[in-house]
Amino acid sequence: MHIVICIKQVPDSAQIRVHPVTNTIMRQGVPTIINPYDLFALEEALKLRDAYGGGVTVLSMGPPMAEDALRKALGYGADRAVLLTDRYFAGSDTLATSFALSQAIAKIGETFGKPDIVFTGKQTIDGDTAQVGPGIAKRLDLLQLTYVAKIASIDLATREIKVERRSEGGTQTLKSRLPCLITMLEGTNEIRRGSIQDALCAARSQVLKWSAADAGIEELTRCGLRGSPTVVKRVFAPTPRAEKAAKIDTAEKTLRDVADELIAAILARQPALEHELAFNNGA
Amino acid sequence: MSTANETPRPAAGRAGIKKELPERFKDYRHVWVFIELERGQVHPVSFELLGEGRKLADNLGVQLAGVVLGPPGEATWNAVAEAFAYGADLAYIVEAPLLADYRNEPFTKAMTDLVGSHKPEILLLGATTLGRDLAGSVATTLQTGLTADCTELDVDADGSLAATRPTFGGSLLCTIYTLNYRPQMATVRPRVMPMPQRADKPVGRVIQHKVSLAEDEIVTKVLGFLPDSQSAEANLAYADVVVAGGLGLGAAENLQLVKNLARAVGAEHGCSRPLVQKGWMPADRQIGQTGKTIRPKLYIAAGISGAIQHRVGVEGADLIVAINTDPNAPIFEFAHIGIVTDAIRFLPALTEAFTRRLSPHSRDKLAS
Repeated sequence: MHIVICIKQVPDSAQIRVHPVTNTIMRQGVPTIINPYDLFALEEALKLRDAYGGGVTVLSMGPPMAEDALRKALGYGADRAVLLTDRYFAGSDTLATSFALSQAIAKIGETFGKPDIVFTGKQTIDGDTAQVGPGIAKRLDLLQLTYVAKIASIDLATREIKVERRSEGGTQTLKSRLPCLITMLEGTNEIRRGSIQDALCAARSQVLKWSAADAGIEELTRCGLRGSPTVVKRVFAPTPRAEKAAKIDTAEKTLRDVADELIAAILARQPALEHELAFNNGA
Repeated sequence: MSTANETPRPAAGRAGIKKELPERFKDYRHVWVFIELERGQVHPVSFELLGEGRKLADNLGVQLAGVVLGPPGEATWNAVAEAFAYGADLAYIVEAPLLADYRNEPFTKAMTDLVGSHKPEILLLGATTLGRDLAGSVATTLQTGLTADCTELDVDADGSLAATRPTFGGSLLCTIYTLNYRPQMATVRPRVMPMPQRADKPVGRVIQHKVSLAEDEIVTKVLGFLPDSQSAEANLAYADVVVAGGLGLGAAENLQLVKNLARAVGAEHGCSRPLVQKGWMPADRQIGQTGKTIRPKLYIAAGISGAIQHRVGVEGADLIVAINTDPNAPIFEFAHIGIVTDAIRFLPALTEAFTRRLSPHSRDKLAS
């Protein structure tokens, strides 16, 4: 079974700080990581390969430094890594991104064998759109299985796959067919520690670097900024609220008095709550 | 959004940002809202979107339509009636047995077909699991722009949709346009927009649309559906009172103090992102940009510092009370009432004070 998994290198948002005075992002020294949601997809891909044989190809689009993320993926045990990198891709929105990635996946298919499953994470932590996975599925005509919590079974002979996916208010069990695109839900597994062998392998392996031309992309107008129907016109910091919190003084008071004072302050601002708190309860 | 760039940058001075709408898009008109109907229920986010869509349509001087895709029967027609009650002028309806359960293939087909036939300029969907699954496919099929998780929608002077959303994990906001493609698509998360008034008037025009689709053309089959037993999924976003804890609680067992207060006042409980990352609380209780957005009448944040990613998830609350030992915590920048004290010690006192004040009747109810 050949599995392609798309990952993205993102800034570690837990370490991003906003400058208190200028309200701009302080980016210096913020480390990059593999988008955490992608690790659930990567682990699932590796598990399937271990169970069914075959290989896992990791694909990322990004600047040359995204090679680090791909090396990490090799360290976890992926078999091959492709970095799609070209200035033509700069400024891509989700539509242009899914175009470029789907072209690269088609090329990977021609070169290394058609993928049975393409994985992506649920979404990225920097863009948060969850659109690229469905975009790839549509372009490559893969059956689309999003928010998958569990792959219940795969039958390679009949090409049938059963999954459980998160839907609004419950879990849907679906029967579908390979080839498909799966976006993996978070918390569904835990990324393995790569073996020493994998680490050695990763250090030795080449990350394939493909330009647009290498990926067989002819329609450059569908890439990058030119291929992006959305336009970012303005980036700005949220306006701070003029009024700051009214602080309740705690000095020389018992906690009981402070609590009573707080409840009085709450009810003074929201008188309707008295009624709600008394009756809208215990259901 | 700019997935290849690390930060979206304003595109001023770059190619392709001038509005030159191609001839084939010039007759795209009206605002559509996808009415999310699943298992007989309309998701409330659809009504929130109708409220927002109403404003956009009025600004543009066009009509607001609800789009209902569902199986033949009463529930589907109820959804149409509800769309009218929440402000739609007209409704497009596709009725087919294969639209009974949500599946990507038939819903994408039905939606793209409708858009192709009736040409809306704006199409809004809820950013639910269903809406996100559908929106990405529809936008790719139609080759148009889609802006996810908008927090503000507006129409600018030349009639373009200005869709504002948090970027960089909620640290900044950006305004995004789809200038030269139609429809302009956007998704909005539940509870980000206020619920509009329901008016028991109205009838509107219904346009029935047929889609040629047969069950045997659809590969994916639904084998079963298991509803969530714990209703945190549904309840937290729509609760009137929410109590949440953060890292300031110091230890997982102190979350009990949050739960005790929540129980005393009949509230839902939640937490900030770090607690989910530590495994102290399940992900469906996370409040913030990457968790739930809430709009309660009262929100009590205990030991939460108030990072922007948390802030954008709670700003819709009518009244925010913050309890934190750090007088400089960012949460005091957007809370209405603040108490600089240790939440671990204060929460039991507050729980006790609420319990004293509540009527004996409700205390009995709570005890039972």
